[in-house]
Amino acid sequence: MSATDISMSPAVRDFAHRHRLRWWEPLPWIVAIGFFFLFPRHLGIGTEILVTILFALSLDLVLGYAGIVTLGHAAFFGLGAYAVGMLAHHGIWSEPLSGLVIAAVVAGIFGLVSGLILLRTTGLTLLMLTLCMMLLLEEAANLGQTWTGGYDGLPTVPIDPILGRFAFNPLIPDVQYIYILCVLFVGFIVVRTIVYSPFGESLTGIRENTLRMHAVGAPVRKRLVICYTISGAIAGVAGALWAQSNAYVNMSTFSLDRAATVLIIIVLGGYGRLYGAFIGAVAYMALSHYLAKIYPTAWQLGLGILLVCIAMFARNGILGMFDSLVARLRGKRVGP
Amino acid sequence: MIFGEDVAGIVLGGLAAGMVLFVVSVGLSVTMGLMGFVNLAHGGFAMIGGYIIVLSMNRLGVPFVPALILGFTLTAALSVVLERLFYSKLYRAAELDQVLFSIGLAFVMIATVTIVIGPETQPMILPSWLRGQIDLGFTSYRTYSIFLIVFGALVAFCLWLGFERTRIGAQIRAAVDNRKMVESLGINIDRLFTFTFAFGSGMAALGGGFGAEFLGLDPQYTLKYLVYFLIVVAVGGMGRITGVFYAALIIGIMDFILKKYLPAGGTIFIYVLTILILLIRPQGLFGRSN
Repeated sequence: MSATDISMSPAVRDFAHRHRLRWWEPLPWIVAIGFFFLFPRHLGIGTEILVTILFALSLDLVLGYAGIVTLGHAAFFGLGAYAVGMLAHHGIWSEPLSGLVIAAVVAGIFGLVSGLILLRTTGLTLLMLTLCMMLLLEEAANLGQTWTGGYDGLPTVPIDPILGRFAFNPLIPDVQYIYILCVLFVGFIVVRTIVYSPFGESLTGIRENTLRMHAVGAPVRKRLVICYTISGAIAGVAGALWAQSNAYVNMSTFSLDRAATVLIIIVLGGYGRLYGAFIGAVAYMALSHYLAKIYPTAWQLGLGILLVCIAMFARNGILGMFDSLVARLRGKRVGP
Repeated sequence: MIFGEDVAGIVLGGLAAGMVLFVVSVGLSVTMGLMGFVNLAHGGFAMIGGYIIVLSMNRLGVPFVPALILGFTLTAALSVVLERLFYSKLYRAAELDQVLFSIGLAFVMIATVTIVIGPETQPMILPSWLRGQIDLGFTSYRTYSIFLIVFGALVAFCLWLGFERTRIGAQIRAAVDNRKMVESLGINIDRLFTFTFAFGSGMAALGGGFGAEFLGLDPQYTLKYLVYFLIVVAVGGMGRITGVFYAALIIGIMDFILKKYLPAGGTIFIYVLTILILLIRPQGLFGRSN
């Protein structure tokens, strides 16, 4: 078979074109902008969902693409939140955009250092180490009373107007919503570019078969550490956005609850598929916001049953179920 | 002499807490070591067992020891059902699926107990023979703590005997080290798994009952102490009874000292210690490297 024949084969064409925009890819953004105009009274939950999407997206990079199972991803979220919160609360720095950069750098450095140390291990050990690192930071936030406000956190985080013009209004979070949507869009472009780059492809390779990637000479640990660092930085930005839009910081940003929730969200939506973060965050946050307030216990029961079902039957989440449904309708075999 | 009594008090209190940690964690260690299953719902079995023990004493007037036996049996029976229906399907699944499944199961357990019994803390009323102080000659201490230490040591000894000296113990040890080999020798590994899982859950139930008096027993117990159980298992080494025993005692005593002298943020030392141990010896302080 000649070279031109191979390049014409459907598999190769799919692979070479996989980064191209699909027709449905603008949909989430249209929905997000539509939400802004249609539900001006629900923008509070809207901003929270957008922050969660960014956070879940960062987890998707390490969990879905690189295959690093972590129980401590809230460590980065909390670092970002506390970095912005402490600087603003103590009157050192309250410009929002550069605050995001600071949060990204702080969380990224933590990701680099902890990644270099932790990513030598795998499996349960890694799970425990990421968990302990996060609990360590939580405890540190509890201890450093003078700076972090201890158990009660920082009640006020004053933020300057964005670009010196658009001030945050705590009652009507319309500025926050647009601001976070823009940051999320930038974050999404970054993650999407990484995922479809050769670097992202090698991450998938590491997830699928670490041994083989070692064998073909890929610098496995270096790639994992870089991925962990980038993901940490993005999670830090998500935490910073959370602190800015809520105008307070507390220890919940570091909690096991938050780490477990984002894990549930990304699995619910479908991990390793970019848009899983969107679907999962919307489904989870909307349900928990409206249901959990009315029937908290029933919500927990339902969530538990849902998780059991996903682990037992639907390992690719909502998007995975959708994919297999589409494939079945078209009469094709379900892909991996 | 006051200093001496202080030290004795710390050691005894820490040992008692450590024994409870051991009784709960030993099942988790074996599940992780033998089945390779990351079971985050283990605390749920301890919680359910604790409820059975405490409620049967408080509401039905069952004496302490029969209540313990009842808690062990019912929880073990429940775990057999769950193991056959769910756990056994996920032994070969990815870690992430196991984590999700067991978090989900933990949520279901918490919500079910909250709906059926209620969210409030259940008080543990000790039988009269375990109340008050006991004179040990050099110091006097709470009878219940001394009972826990003696009973925990006895349990540890019996488990060690069972592990080292019985046929089924040898099978479990062999399966922890090399599961394929054990299977090819014709040992029914499914039955071995079910038995071990049920036994581990039963032990967790006992631990839940024992700890109810000073840890507090409410539905949130399931996840509240999970980190401690996981740390004990990770430090002690998976599937190693003696390792878990020493790790539980070390963590128990350390926690007791830190809570007494460094009430704010003393746990930071436990996390640092765990991280260091896991980095230097990923197989745990007492685990064997593969």
